[in-house]
Amino acid sequence: MSRQYETVIGLEVHVELATKTKIFCSCSTQFGGAPNTHTCPVCTGMPGSLPVLNKQVVEYAVAVGLATNCKITQNCKFDRKNYFYPDNPQNYQISQLYYPICRNGEIEIETEAGKKTVGIHEIHMEEDAGKLIHDEWEDCSLVDFNRSGVPLIEIVSEPDMRSSEEVIAYLDKLRLIIQYLGASDCKLQEGSMRADVNLSIREVGQKEFGTRTEMKNLNSFKAIKRAIEGERERQIDLLEEGKKVIQETRRWDDNKECSYAMRSKEDAQDYRYFPEPDLVPIVISDEWLNEIKEKQPELRAEKIARYKKEYDIPDYDIDIITGSKKLADIFEATIAICKKPKKVSNWLMVETMRLLKDHNMEAQDISFSPQNLAKLIELTEAGTINSSVAKEVFEVIFKEDIDPDQYVEEKGLKSVNDEGALRTTIEEIVAANPQSVEDYRNGKQKAIGFLVGQTMKAMQGKADPGMINKILKELL
Amino acid sequence: MANIITDETIEYVGILAKLELSEEEKEHAKKDMANMLDYIDMLNELDTEGVEPMSHVFPVHNVFREDIVTNVDDRDNILANAPEKKDGSFQVPKTVE
Amino acid sequence: MNLMSLTAVELGKRIKDKEVTVEEAVKAALSQIKAVEDRVHSYVTVDEEGALKRAAEVQRLIDNKQLTGSLAGVPVAIKDNMCTQGMLTTCSSKILGNFKPTYTAQAVLNLEEAGAIMIGKTNMDEFAMGSTTETSAFGATKNPWNTEHVPGGSSGGSCSAVAAQECSFALGSDTGGSIRQPSSFCGVTGIKPTYGTVSRYGLIAYGSSLDQIGPVAKDVTDCASILEAIASYDSKDSTSIKREDYNFTSALVNDVKGMRIGIPRDYFGEGLDAEVKNAVLKAADELKAKGAIVEEFDLSLVEYAIPAYYIIASAEASSNLARFDGVKFGYRTKEFEGLHNMYKKSRSEGFGPEVKRRIMLGSFVLSSGYYDAYYIKALKTKALIKKAFDKAFEKYDVILGPAAPTTAPKLGESLSDPIKMYLGDIYTISVNLAGLPGISVPCGIDSKGLPIGLQLIGDCFKENKIIQTAYTFECTRKYERCDIAKEGDK
Ligand SMILES: [Mg+2]
Ligand SMILES: [Zn+2]
Repeated sequence: MSRQYETVIGLEVHVELATKTKIFCSCSTQFGGAPNTHTCPVCTGMPGSLPVLNKQVVEYAVAVGLATNCKITQNCKFDRKNYFYPDNPQNYQISQLYYPICRNGEIEIETEAGKKTVGIHEIHMEEDAGKLIHDEWEDCSLVDFNRSGVPLIEIVSEPDMRSSEEVIAYLDKLRLIIQYLGASDCKLQEGSMRADVNLSIREVGQKEFGTRTEMKNLNSFKAIKRAIEGERERQIDLLEEGKKVIQETRRWDDNKECSYAMRSKEDAQDYRYFPEPDLVPIVISDEWLNEIKEKQPELRAEKIARYKKEYDIPDYDIDIITGSKKLADIFEATIAICKKPKKVSNWLMVETMRLLKDHNMEAQDISFSPQNLAKLIELTEAGTINSSVAKEVFEVIFKEDIDPDQYVEEKGLKSVNDEGALRTTIEEIVAANPQSVEDYRNGKQKAIGFLVGQTMKAMQGKADPGMINKILKELL
Repeated sequence: MANIITDETIEYVGILAKLELSEEEKEHAKKDMANMLDYIDMLNELDTEGVEPMSHVFPVHNVFREDIVTNVDDRDNILANAPEKKDGSFQVPKTVE
Repeated sequence: MNLMSLTAVELGKRIKDKEVTVEEAVKAALSQIKAVEDRVHSYVTVDEEGALKRAAEVQRLIDNKQLTGSLAGVPVAIKDNMCTQGMLTTCSSKILGNFKPTYTAQAVLNLEEAGAIMIGKTNMDEFAMGSTTETSAFGATKNPWNTEHVPGGSSGGSCSAVAAQECSFALGSDTGGSIRQPSSFCGVTGIKPTYGTVSRYGLIAYGSSLDQIGPVAKDVTDCASILEAIASYDSKDSTSIKREDYNFTSALVNDVKGMRIGIPRDYFGEGLDAEVKNAVLKAADELKAKGAIVEEFDLSLVEYAIPAYYIIASAEASSNLARFDGVKFGYRTKEFEGLHNMYKKSRSEGFGPEVKRRIMLGSFVLSSGYYDAYYIKALKTKALIKKAFDKAFEKYDVILGPAAPTTAPKLGESLSDPIKMYLGDIYTISVNLAGLPGISVPCGIDSKGLPIGLQLIGDCFKENKIIQTAYTFECTRKYERCDIAKEGDK
């Protein structure tokens, strides 16, 4: 292989918006629930039913558009996209083709190769489909419309990315922006963020794009990375063999690490879009646009600047904490209770990070409450528990969000602050370890550490190490 | 007849519309559609240069709902007319992608 | 006294005045249905039990003075494309042959609230696609004036039920003339309101941008009262319009002095039956004699409305009718191989020829490569037609013309030539494209003994102008009944 190839990638990212109700009816969007329990005539396509647009969907879509530097289409409309599939109850999807709500945006990404701008072609609003469950026993499929009509925005990038690293950086950035806006939780595993990859290759230096394929069913960053690399290789192999890449939709199978074409004579990709007659146009006035702008929450750059001004914590910590909306939220909420930014930051940067890594979790998955972290910090500061006990307690908080006050009480983890009892124990330890005492007196500073350890062991870890040191020194 | 509808076109439209026509119906449909298109082509006489296509007759806009859940579980009703159902779901032939 | 010979408002007044019970009224309708239904076939479903049960409830509400409206206790028939909870709603199609909606259309709810008693559901052209009520999967409805003739369509069942006195009034729907044309053929009065006036929620869509529900009754007074009851702003229908004025009965004034009436020359050209023409022009003369200013003018674009309509309505229908796929409701074929075969067989067996014809055409005009040439062209034509009407209404309060070029044709005559059938809607279709209100009132009987209808078209939201004009004209003549209707007098 002598030729050098460049990968050209554009993404279509579907994001489920964090509204309480569906886009066109008043059914709940809550995840889970028995099949078809969050449905009504509208979201199951019953004859005679009609859609009514959820205003919050428009506001979220505009908010994302503003945060990604898009031009907002102040006169926008919905269109029908016609295709038959059982998860699509009307056999058309209400989407936007001709006048999408946002256009011509861009975001900046950063990879090891440096900074780069990725263009956003458009963002449009649409409804999600239902879910098909394949019944192994009866050779049939079952349709659940609970997800049908959940609001989505589809963010279509320009074909500006050239590597899986850039794709991941782009998705990460997009996710962070949207999470900051509160417009979605963007969980890939649960499907609230989904990316379809459009990929083509061309020889380095070639101007025109190659034929692209669209890859679907990518539900983790790892799968995206593998799919991009797999598809790049598949296309290069084709070209090297003198064959052509066919423009088609392919489905990635992450277990087999390969993709296959979703071709069928029955799925002519001719969607016959036309303006949705059941919905009236949306006019976004300057006033409304300004209102949304003013309501826009603090985004990451603003947060970083504020943290630097308000809190005396290292820039590195600020970068990590603001790198996740969830972490930043916990940080601020905990400070609001215990007023100790440095301590809170420490707990997040050290213990929280360690536990996340151990459990193979993301910051977003954190479930402990700021209240309990704040209590823990106060228990430690007051000397009620020592730092190693605090770490143990935090592990339980991390897992089960227990109330540390109660837990420490119940498990009897309080430091023993009764100097008399401690002195008696230390006297016994000193008596039992003459060699160490001797060593210490001969100038071996290390020996005292051993004695402290022995004391702690005897006290079952509940002693204040400072006090042990003080008494030991007196006795020796 | 100016418009000629081929077998391929009828076949293709059948796929889009999910209609399966018998040979006889197909022949009929080809003629019907060609006639209809010949008739529709009358619109070409009309100069519509610069005319904005009108999908809604009245300039009504911004009809919204507030984001409040009011629907409750109505599954039994929703499934009441299903030709086949199972486990609280609509049953369809196996869909493989 | 034949209670069914009364208008809805007259019957309502007698019920209110305790001269007649609701049960008597309902039984009168049911007995006329029993007597004539096998000859006219107006109904798909008659709900005798439900109607009698509801009659007792409504009687109590009337006795308690909780129901005081003019339609309380009056029997009504509903076109079978409006959802009625727990009651078959078929659109006269095999594909919905077993469909019982779980909710009721807003317009029907409004009528129920007014105390009207639903007797049953009326026959129609399958999915409202047709002008004769012959495309019904359950057999054609016959014109009560002459059962060898069609009643018109698609609301043929509603219009024949009113003409044959099988109900006191009915609801129809009008996408391209489907209330006005059969009203004209059956010698009754029907209004197609301004688009957005009556909620479409629960109306099984044909052409969403054109469909409107409206009243069919014996006279203009009834129609105004019914429209007042069914019109409402509905937050469930995004195209529903909050109107300032829902008081349509206030327009029941016998006076047209100074009313500017325009007669489009384009409506009196080739294809118009001479007897129809004469009757309509005679009606214009009557109005002139009552003080209206009547003049001829050129509306233009009339012939382009039909192709534009068939593109738009078929395109919307191809999409609206996609949901009938054998998955969630309705007919599913018995034997099939896999999903797509199930779709195709269910739909092909479930839909009749005219519906398939329009779905095919609609899918074609929207398909890749044709969208601009057909669909966009049609939307531009629609814009021009709307403009032509806007211009006309700068000069006139009301546009007057025939509702249809002929009186009711014989059964079986129209279906063989679709384009000829479509041409029959030439005077009604552009009204739907422009969203305007229109009314059809009887204005004569031809030499074959078939009724002729006069159409009055108003500017949008100006129902009151056409109601006033129609009412004034109606005052100049007597309501004529067909022989089948008179059978109930004995
Ligand atoms: Mg999409
Ligand atoms: Zn719903």
